[in-house]
Amino acid sequence: MNNLFVYLEIENGKVEDVSLELLTKGRTLATRLNCRLEAVAVGQSLETIGEQVFPYGVDVLHLFDDARLYPYTSLPHTSILVKLFEAEKPQIAFMGATSIGRDLGPRVSSALFSGLTADCTALEIGDHEEKKEGKTYTDLLYQIRPAFGGNIVATIVNPDNRPQMATVREGVMKKEILDANYQGKTVSYDVKKYISDADFVVSVIERHIEASKVNIKGAPIIVAGGYGMGSKENFGLLYDLANTIGAEVGASRAAVDAGFAEHERQIGQTGVTVRPKLYIACGISGQIQHIAGMQDASMIIAINNDPNAPINAIADYVITGEAETVIPKMIKYYKKNSK
Amino acid sequence: MSLKIIVLAKQVPDTRNVGKDAMKADGTVNRAALPAIFNPEDLNALEQALRLKDQFPGSTVTLLTMGPPRAADIIREGLFRGADGGYLLTDRVFAGADTLATSYALHMAIKKIGDFDLIISGRQAIDGDTAQVGPQVAEKLGISQITYAEEIQSIANGKITVKRRLERGVEIVEGHLPLLVTVNGSAPDCRPRNAKLIQKYKYAKTVSERQAESNDYVNLCHSRTCLFLNEWSAADVNADAKQCGLSGSPTKVKKIENVVFQAKESKTLDSSDQQIEELMVELITNHTIG
Repeated sequence: MNNLFVYLEIENGKVEDVSLELLTKGRTLATRLNCRLEAVAVGQSLETIGEQVFPYGVDVLHLFDDARLYPYTSLPHTSILVKLFEAEKPQIAFMGATSIGRDLGPRVSSALFSGLTADCTALEIGDHEEKKEGKTYTDLLYQIRPAFGGNIVATIVNPDNRPQMATVREGVMKKEILDANYQGKTVSYDVKKYISDADFVVSVIERHIEASKVNIKGAPIIVAGGYGMGSKENFGLLYDLANTIGAEVGASRAAVDAGFAEHERQIGQTGVTVRPKLYIACGISGQIQHIAGMQDASMIIAINNDPNAPINAIADYVITGEAETVIPKMIKYYKKNSK
Repeated sequence: MSLKIIVLAKQVPDTRNVGKDAMKADGTVNRAALPAIFNPEDLNALEQALRLKDQFPGSTVTLLTMGPPRAADIIREGLFRGADGGYLLTDRVFAGADTLATSYALHMAIKKIGDFDLIISGRQAIDGDTAQVGPQVAEKLGISQITYAEEIQSIANGKITVKRRLERGVEIVEGHLPLLVTVNGSAPDCRPRNAKLIQKYKYAKTVSERQAESNDYVNLCHSRTCLFLNEWSAADVNADAKQCGLSGSPTKVKKIENVVFQAKESKTLDSSDQQIEELMVELITNHTIG
């Protein structure tokens, strides 16, 4: 009762990074709240899930293993979580802000009448006072998320309803092993008691999921382009620079919306959060929603023809000029001096 | 075969084009500077519905929106593009609703509308980006859902086939009607307004809008029956006021902050060969690159 639960996303028997990141955050919060960290695995062939998640400090792993539970469909996974949560009464539940977590979370919250906050960028524990009712609450989950297109940041609380639910995007939290030898216990369930045939009204006929080709999240150097690059062709320059200095290419939301780059390269509140040692921003004006996803870079170089671009305020080096002229020069002088 | 389709749509401030005047000097959002628009992914949803109507003559597309009285624009916009009718759900008790209270109100309105085969909505609205209302409405109606749809490929024998666009791939799924589909922005754009439909519906108004109009308009109204837009209050859809608006919302906003980034001391360079070369040498020397 009153513990912190994380729903695990599992693809081909492997727990996804977003879930491991949530376990890492969950462990910190559970320790602060003096409660257990519990994980829920729903799928098939879950034999190795325990060894994958216990090092992150999971105290209890709930296993629901049935061939019909993979790949994910909405109703069976909802039924399982709703019944499990009704029995276990968690105080907090986390899911990835992915196409699975954002399909499942709202259904579970609706069935349990609990509050759910989507796409949180920070999760903290703190107190809350409802002045009108004169009530105070201790140790609530602060669910912090950008709102209004990223122009403001809101702190949301669920004073009275449990579990307090939140989703978080991949890459927002850090993934960190607590103890390679951490001992947790596994509880296996009789799946038939949790689902019915009526839950299988939607079935997956075909599925083509590719492993991510792009690894922006882990790249030490990122060359990112914005709408100011002007065209998909000009984005080619970014790849030239990235290939020369060993970097990955990223993009702002505006550049992705304009079709200059694939969605998986998007950096910012609605894309990936990155913390590289060097971030080269080319033709990016620096909307809040982008800056929020890259401000933790150790060094930022901004290349922009607008000397007043907002991104310049957080850059270590500001190069005022056209990216089309600056980038070829960077390539030229890197090659000349790196030998 | 004809289908009864309900499209959920929302009027939103255009947060994608936040210009410099969109933030006030004190750092708060200047809502007046942001135009109110048809939520983009709801337009993708409307297009999927209209395509089904083209494919299955006799089908009806009904819009449902919740918002302030001016959200009647959403219904008119839908009518201009080919929808058959719509309902505006508007009431002060809905104010301050989070996603759960919103989905409660919408599901009560859907029950009032009655029979449907399919509900289609955008995946998420750009003012909140939560993607929660669609699945929550489905849960409250006790039907299943297919989210992240890019294309409704076919409907036959009570079954719908949908292509979903996920983060790293696609899925083709099949489901039994009735259910709810949420549509991604990667789906085809909505067809433009039809000039004849604009002529037909441009004076269509809700009760509240009519009350604010002059007598000429009222006379025009009485002569054309198509000009009436449906407007429902919480009581009209038998909604329990306690489950609406702020009181029906488990989530509370504790604090709103403006986003302030720590400014750094930066070094400004021009794009001359000399300065770029010096920078590259520095980056190589301190092992930032290479």
